Amino acid sequence: MKGIINGRQRALALLLLALVLLCAVTAAGALLSDRAMVTDFSRKNLPPCLSSLFGTDWMGRDMLSRTLTGLSLSIRIGLLTAAVSAAIALALGAGSALLGGWADSIISWVIDLVMGIPHILLVMLISLAFGKGFAGVTAGVALSHWTSLARVVRGEVLQLKGAPYVLAAGRLGQSRRAILRRHILPHLLPQFLVGLVLLFPHAILHEASVTFLGFGLSPEQPAIGVILSESMSYLTTGKWWLAVFPGASLVGVVLLFALLGDQLRRLLDPASVHM
Amino acid sequence: MKHRLLFTGKKLIRMLLLLLGVSLAAFLLMSASPLDPLQTNVGQAALGTMSQEQIDRLEDYWGVNDPPLQRYLGWLGDFVRGDMGTSLLYRQPVTQVIGQRLQNSLWLMAFAWLFSGLLGLALGLLAGANRGGLGDRIIRGYCLLVSSTPTFWLALVLLMVFAVWLKVLPAGLAVPVGVDAASVTLADRVRHAILPALTLSITGVPNIALHTREKLIDILESDYVLFARARGERPAAILLRHGLRNVALPAITLQFAAISEIFGGSVLVEQVFSYPGLGQTAVNAGLGSDLPLLLGITVVSAAIVFCGNLIADLLYGVVDPRIRRGAARA
Repeated sequence: MKGIINGRQRALALLLLALVLLCAVTAAGALLSDRAMVTDFSRKNLPPCLSSLFGTDWMGRDMLSRTLTGLSLSIRIGLLTAAVSAAIALALGAGSALLGGWADSIISWVIDLVMGIPHILLVMLISLAFGKGFAGVTAGVALSHWTSLARVVRGEVLQLKGAPYVLAAGRLGQSRRAILRRHILPHLLPQFLVGLVLLFPHAILHEASVTFLGFGLSPEQPAIGVILSESMSYLTTGKWWLAVFPGASLVGVVLLFALLGDQLRRLLDPASVHM
Repeated sequence: MKHRLLFTGKKLIRMLLLLLGVSLAAFLLMSASPLDPLQTNVGQAALGTMSQEQIDRLEDYWGVNDPPLQRYLGWLGDFVRGDMGTSLLYRQPVTQVIGQRLQNSLWLMAFAWLFSGLLGLALGLLAGANRGGLGDRIIRGYCLLVSSTPTFWLALVLLMVFAVWLKVLPAGLAVPVGVDAASVTLADRVRHAILPALTLSITGVPNIALHTREKLIDILESDYVLFARARGERPAAILLRHGLRNVALPAITLQFAAISEIFGGSVLVEQVFSYPGLGQTAVNAGLGSDLPLLLGITVVSAAIVFCGNLIADLLYGVVDPRIRRGAARA
């Protein structure tokens, strides 16, 4: 095998595979969202069988459709929140490093502040401030996950600011904006992209957790957190499939995102992988 | 000595400022909430049947009409004197509620913190020493899997396996149901804490294990390890004398910094196992719009997190003389 495909091609193939699978889950969930709400009381509490692979719940709803719809919701919220978080991280991290002085101290203080409140508690608080629901959980996850990436961006920009080629470009009379655009940004991009992709797993897991606790999506929506929180009352009667399959699928989706991030890092930043 | 005190003092002042910021931020977030505490706790139907006078009294009780700034300053003034107000849900002083719940949680978190730290360190050393081998692959796979698993789902699965199928451990709460408070034995308490503590420990491992592995690989490639090998030291001796010593310090720091994660995990785990700890209380306070209680819990948990960071900073200086000298120069 080694002779035919090299490491980069393998990474690219894996990356595409993860991407296709995630797109398929998102699309399937969006298509099945109507079926997820259909109740059929003649098919209550069925364990997994051929006609409904993940079984049915106490209202006869098909758990496979519910799970896929929930995953699709999770992925879309994950994309949205991770993108917003990463944008905040880029703005504050780069701003902190470029402006220096007071701005730097204030932003560092805010980062310490946000990191000081346990994540779940902070997402809960922000979600309350936005009145729970979709807006609450999205704002909560987006506004609490930017801190570590902001630190990475800040460190990277600080290092780039003092790099010989940036100093040389300054001496050669290039404007600050040109230096930023042509020398600093391209260097920052790979790290930033990888950081962005690695934000997804956290965003998805925290969205599910906060929804599970009752501070997120409304109970009518088939989100994974809602499904699992409902399953709690049926576990002691032995209806294991209500919790096992939805949770395991969520783990699968998170693993796919982790795989995506890892392969992206392999492609964009090969040196760090071979160290 | 003098600069050590100065260093500690500076850190303490920074910590107090951060705590002040945390309390203000939490307060602002909660008072910005559009959720009406009366609607959540009394219910629409009950409100409809009440007279305006009763509603006014209730609004007074939940503090709906006071301006936020005045409420915050009032809270802050009391807080400095050690009074965190009265919980609206439990109708007890917040300090008392938090004190009780924290006791339950503290055992859980302390055990999970220590156990996950030690296990993570051991697994990290094992993986780093056998880099690329079978053990390394298994440990890395395990870490990836666990860090991709939602804590509350892991708790659910463990609950199903041990409490529903095998019936070896109780499914929830901190004490047996229907037993006198006086006749609850220590063994009962321990049995009820096993599953929550186990869940928390499992989720705490990957972070420290992966970090230790990376560090150990760096160290094993260093010149002094090459020299030790050239002197003919056995691999086990190299691992203990050069590896463990250099890895232990960053591992300890990381573990102190992970307190925030453990606390977040405990919120979820306590919710699943109905364990009456601080995390579960925080959820109740949030769902019931109990502002004083949630504010108190946020400040207390942030204080615990900041103390962890402070201890990590101080430990670094105590253990590593290079950092001590660096701080003296600065």
